[in-house]
Amino acid sequence: MSETVIKCESVYKIFGENAKKMLEESNGNVDAKTFQERGCIVGVNNASFEVAKGEMLVVMGLSGSGKSTLLRCISRLTDATGGKIFIEGQDLLELNNKELIELRRNKMGMVFQSFALLPHKTVVENIAFPLQIKGTNTEESISRAMEMVKLVGLDGRENYFPRELSGGQQQRVGIARSLAVEPDIWFLDEPFSALDPLIRKEMQDEFLRLQEKLQKTIMFITHDFDEALKLADRIAIMKDGIIEQLDTPANIVLNPATEYVRKFTEEVPREKVLIIEDVMDASSKDNLGDLKVSKDEIIENVAEKILTQEKLVGVVDSNNNIVGSIKPSKIIDTVFGGRKNGS
Amino acid sequence: MEYLKKYPKLFQWLFLLIVFFALCFAIDVPETYKFIRGQAEFVKDPNQSVYFFLGKEVRYYAFDVFWRLPPLLGWLPIWINDSLFFLMNEWMPMEFWNEDTQEFKTRPLLLEISRNLTSFMTFLIELIREILLGGLETIVAFTSWDFIDAYPWLELPGLPWTIVAAGAALLSYKLSGKGLALFAGLTMIYISIFGQWKPSMQTLSFILVAAPLSFIFGLGLGIAAYKSKRVEKALYPILLVMQTMPQYAVLVPALVLFGVGDHAAVIITMVVAVPPMILLTILGLRAIPPEVIEAGRMSGCTNWQLMFKVLIPTARRDILIGVNQVIMVCFSMAVISAFIGAKGLGFNLLLALNQLNIGLALEAGLCISLIAILLDKMSLAWANKQTDYFGNLTFFQRNKNAIFFAASFVIGIILAYVGTFIFKGSFNYLFEIPHNKGISTADFWNKGVDWIFDTFFVYIKAFNTWLIQDVLQPMRALYLRMPAVATLVLAVGAGYLIGGVRSALVVAALTLFIALSPWWDRALVTLYMATFGVVISCLIGFTVGTLCFQNKKSAAFMLGVCDIFQTFPSFVYLIPVMMLFGITDTSVLIAVIVYATIPATRYTIEGLRSVPVGLHEAATMSGVNKFQRLTKIEFPLAFPHMMLGLNQTIVFALFMVIIGAFIGTEDLGQYILKALSDKNGAGIGLTLGICVAFIGLIFDNLIRTWVGKRKKHLGIA
Repeated sequence: MSETVIKCESVYKIFGENAKKMLEESNGNVDAKTFQERGCIVGVNNASFEVAKGEMLVVMGLSGSGKSTLLRCISRLTDATGGKIFIEGQDLLELNNKELIELRRNKMGMVFQSFALLPHKTVVENIAFPLQIKGTNTEESISRAMEMVKLVGLDGRENYFPRELSGGQQQRVGIARSLAVEPDIWFLDEPFSALDPLIRKEMQDEFLRLQEKLQKTIMFITHDFDEALKLADRIAIMKDGIIEQLDTPANIVLNPATEYVRKFTEEVPREKVLIIEDVMDASSKDNLGDLKVSKDEIIENVAEKILTQEKLVGVVDSNNNIVGSIKPSKIIDTVFGGRKNGS
Repeated sequence: MEYLKKYPKLFQWLFLLIVFFALCFAIDVPETYKFIRGQAEFVKDPNQSVYFFLGKEVRYYAFDVFWRLPPLLGWLPIWINDSLFFLMNEWMPMEFWNEDTQEFKTRPLLLEISRNLTSFMTFLIELIREILLGGLETIVAFTSWDFIDAYPWLELPGLPWTIVAAGAALLSYKLSGKGLALFAGLTMIYISIFGQWKPSMQTLSFILVAAPLSFIFGLGLGIAAYKSKRVEKALYPILLVMQTMPQYAVLVPALVLFGVGDHAAVIITMVVAVPPMILLTILGLRAIPPEVIEAGRMSGCTNWQLMFKVLIPTARRDILIGVNQVIMVCFSMAVISAFIGAKGLGFNLLLALNQLNIGLALEAGLCISLIAILLDKMSLAWANKQTDYFGNLTFFQRNKNAIFFAASFVIGIILAYVGTFIFKGSFNYLFEIPHNKGISTADFWNKGVDWIFDTFFVYIKAFNTWLIQDVLQPMRALYLRMPAVATLVLAVGAGYLIGGVRSALVVAALTLFIALSPWWDRALVTLYMATFGVVISCLIGFTVGTLCFQNKKSAAFMLGVCDIFQTFPSFVYLIPVMMLFGITDTSVLIAVIVYATIPATRYTIEGLRSVPVGLHEAATMSGVNKFQRLTKIEFPLAFPHMMLGLNQTIVFALFMVIIGAFIGTEDLGQYILKALSDKNGAGIGLTLGICVAFIGLIFDNLIRTWVGKRKKHLGIA
């Protein structure tokens, strides 16, 4: 694995007056119920994980699961009650105010659910805002902001005010603003949740296109499991402040760790989520038929071709080397099999 | 019995009332009691009792403790006076450099601060006054080089009225559009041709100093309160008391601290105008979505940048509404502070009222109302105006207003210059129309008043006599008949039933303060006038509001009317009632009713409006008719908001009752007015003001507590 950018070691966030003391007394064994009885609310409970450079970690959870709180701990919009957070090896909680501001000005960008644009500034001024805060001169910041306007496809609307834009367009501004300082780390807090389904899909595609180009280290918060599957390199599923499972989308769908996670995966159309590599048999590479499929294909796209074959189908990597095989019946098992034991 | 089980509260209230009346009947009026004009009037009388507190002698008429509590707080005004005197004249003497005599002089610190503040304010006011009316004295004094004597042509004339009028119209146009521009132009022309230019500009200069200063202080304190819980907690009680404190009452201590004149008026106006600004600043900053603040933080803002580049611009609208409030308070104070020698329209108005010259008073009142409406509309337009983007416009388009103003400036000067040839020897009407050379309608109005009096005298007199003899006197007697203990029980009981122990304690403390002050009888009279006004205002306001609500257009119209009426400085209300009813309690009560009906009407309409559309549709679909909808859906849901209206009505009524003392009533206001001309009046004025504020706060506490509970219960909190 490449270098770690974000690293959390048993992070806790507990709201309430004596939170810190209670956490110390509990020896890291936090039970939400007993805490609640004593007037504290547990936001994040013992979260530990790492995010590698260029990786996209999606944190998925329903409302109140602590996912936004976790993100705010890592961006230090709120201070974690316990645990350690490292950003590129720097201990985030040790930073003083000035260092924190430096970090945010140069390394971090964040997109918000309700866009959080400044109502008194135009599109281009909103985007240039973080640059101007940093002290970049007007000319340079505006020309840089104009590049961002083009990047998110808002050319011609740069002098509009936020109130004159649709939700999707406003969020494009939000995205452009968060990218203006060329941050390495990109936080997105339910960026598409406030949008209509059609616009949401469009923005997701747009987002994937941007990420392909920019290769940022991303933490993406969502309550939409489908969105998580579509975008994530890895998914962390949270419930009551606890990370229930943290794994790749395929592993979560195939091997849900807890009953809670399994409920989410039940309704997921596997053929749309899994790729050939997830279900192929890597050991047998003989007796192959003529048909070869790429290991990165989504099952749905090649299912018809494979199902019409009698023989084993060969699986190849991007260099056309055979890396495994797949039986047509395996496709049927994958699509329908998992659900039987569930229901 | 069924009823009592169903409504246990009703039973409790009944019980409270029974206890109250039982006490009232059980406690007899002492034979010696008569409505003395205030219990402690500091006139020696052998019948008085005396006690000493902190070395002060307090004299009072002693009664049965159940009937009237002894004025145990009677020392408070004297003590406040002495402390003020001590602070001003003896506290912390220090050496100060004196420019004029070129030597150090020993002076008490506070006196020096007060003197410096005073001269600073005077400088600001005079500077603006001279820009508007001519003269260079402030600048001469500032540079201490008398270049005017050396070069007489440097003498700066005032701005010709044409330029001010054009400037007002252009600014209105920029802020709102043609309508307001026309109104601004016409207002200025009216002021000019009716010969009110000079006092108007004096008032305007007063406001141009008081309003920005109040804005800056209010914004600063509001930000401080937003940032620090401790500051907020410290400010909160002051803000609360200032909301219900009659503006009269703050004048008196100001006299002691700052003397008489425009500067004192500005300072005292700030004291009154800053609290609403603070409240609106806090409100605006609190209303900012947390994500916007987070976005600012994530952009790497320092605290300073966050405040001035993110928070304040985002809260712009609420803050500008605060500016609007400040301007309104300034106008109200512009009149009231004429009592302590502020020049301008207010002074003329007061003078005319004093001489019973209704015509002149009406002219001055109309002028000040017009300017108030104009500035109110302008500041509201500013608040609601969205920022525009100018980057892609040409130089002319970007600066057209400035260019037009420059043009009208030149034209105005040319006109004024031409005027010197046209009106040779007489007054230059194109420059400034002097006070007595304008058109005056005073005679017309005075004749009108005379005619009304001659024609309707019999009816007015009959009505007046009936009201006073058959309604007001008995009501007043009833209020005065309440034994102090019974009143206390009623107030505390109501507090307990509405808000539990906490409310009961608050109400008890507030009521006790008044009961232990030397002015309990006066407070009862104030209360009786306010009650009378509030009951009638609410009857009118709730009815009118409900009727107007039936139609969208009439509702909007009524709200507009309320807006305009609210803009009038409160003193203006006294003019027409004095026209009709002369100097009687009736005049005051009618002014109270007119003034206090505004919030009653407004809150009724707003409350009914705030009923969600979904509920309307649901009700309509269940087949209710209009009347059922009103009684079953709209009233119950709007009632809490209407109660807030009642709260405002009470505050407005108390304000007007106190101001009514100017006409002559026997309540707390009369003493406040008296204190104004008393050199030891500061303590009395302040204590009286607190008494009035506490009457307001008792009702404020009860109503707010009830509304909060009710709203929670209805799920519309």
